[in-house]
Amino acid sequence: MDVSWLSMISMGLVGAFFALVLAYASRVFAVETDPRAAAIEEILPGANCGACGFTGCSGFAEGVTAGKAEISGCPVGGADVANAIAEIMGIAAPTDVKRKVAQLLCAGDCEQAKNRAEYNGVADCRAALLVGGGPKMCTYGCLGFGTCAIACPFDAISMNEHDLPVVDEEACTGCGICVEACPRDLFQLVEEQQGVHIRCRSFARGKEVRQACDVGCIGCRRCARECPEEAIEMVDNLAVIDYEKCTNCGACVAVCPTNTIHWQKEKPEVKKLVAVS
Amino acid sequence: MSTLFFIFIGALLVNNFVLVRFLGICPFLGVSKQLETAVGMGMAVTFVMTLAGVVTWALQHYVLNAFGLAFLQTVLFILVIAALVQFVELFLKKMVPVLYRALGIFLPLITTNCAILGIALLIAQREHDLIQTVVFCVGAGLGFTLALVIMAGIREEMQFAPIPKSLQGAGIALITAGLMSIAFSGFAGLVPM
Repeated sequence: MDVSWLSMISMGLVGAFFALVLAYASRVFAVETDPRAAAIEEILPGANCGACGFTGCSGFAEGVTAGKAEISGCPVGGADVANAIAEIMGIAAPTDVKRKVAQLLCAGDCEQAKNRAEYNGVADCRAALLVGGGPKMCTYGCLGFGTCAIACPFDAISMNEHDLPVVDEEACTGCGICVEACPRDLFQLVEEQQGVHIRCRSFARGKEVRQACDVGCIGCRRCARECPEEAIEMVDNLAVIDYEKCTNCGACVAVCPTNTIHWQKEKPEVKKLVAVS
Repeated sequence: MSTLFFIFIGALLVNNFVLVRFLGICPFLGVSKQLETAVGMGMAVTFVMTLAGVVTWALQHYVLNAFGLAFLQTVLFILVIAALVQFVELFLKKMVPVLYRALGIFLPLITTNCAILGIALLIAQREHDLIQTVVFCVGAGLGFTLALVIMAGIREEMQFAPIPKSLQGAGIALITAGLMSIAFSGFAGLVPM
């Protein structure tokens, strides 16, 4: 017989034999799995980002069916996925799932934040930070090497022409990977509706901030005095906004002398119910 | 009898698959963080190794050599290994789900564990009979388990050691593996090959 026939027949027979054995074994060793877990996994985003705290989307799906995870536990899927999971699980959908997006707490790009040294090493924020705390004069601000943009699994962060990351809020899923990735902790997950952001994280005194950066918070307290909702609090020379109280009115934006507070004007004013103490 | 003993010790220590032949490094580093999963992985690999060794020995003698199809060796052996790993996966999922979850991705990855294909190809080269093949496979599998268990023991202790930041994780694991490999080279010449 021809060699090619022989090899085809022998490979085919061996393959068929193992196929039969495996088919039989899969019958004998069949494990009953919760069909809801498979259904939930279908509707999950499938990014396996791990933001829910489980190992990948299948882990989360099993966690939900086992009662170990909240149905709104997937920050990437947000309200839509939470509602779909609620339908599968046959329970009421949570109403308070708000989409969160990452906000950068620094506005000091390469034009505004001054350098104190030249860095020629690996173009990575974590690497740059190891060399004497980075090349920037400000020891709190963005280093501008784009570690966050590389880390983002959804391509929602891009570096602008002045080496500052820009978050695409449409694409951002609020998974929080950039929050982990930034060695200076400059990202914060904020509810999507919030439109006023104090883009500085420097706790340095006003004079030092002025020397290092044109747009840093110098701790002048004007915004805190101006805010009608008392949503801005001073923490060690830094104005910090309380998003629970902020209504996007923009009063603080007008008085900020360093233009540290950014206002996304396309976002409408929100009404907040604040408990009266 | 002494030949069998020599084959066994040779596969277990002298030519340890992980530390001397450098086969199966991926699970060696991947599943050696906990003693329990290391033992489980070692047993799974030993099982697949022995079965694969015996099946490929039979195929080598009664199919490949008999029909002059030696060129099919690699593809046929991969087929056998893939099928056996599938079987072990089904078995563990049903019988030992805890171990199944602990091994995670490393269980299906036994398919591509070069130690398994390595043993199949080594057996094909050697003139072993069936008993010798089984002894060789069990020895090699236990040698793999031994390396994994030693590594897991060391790594469990290392959790509490003050390791320099630049060496943490894979760095110190690879240094440890290298030192273990040097130690195992001391077994060279223990048995007549």
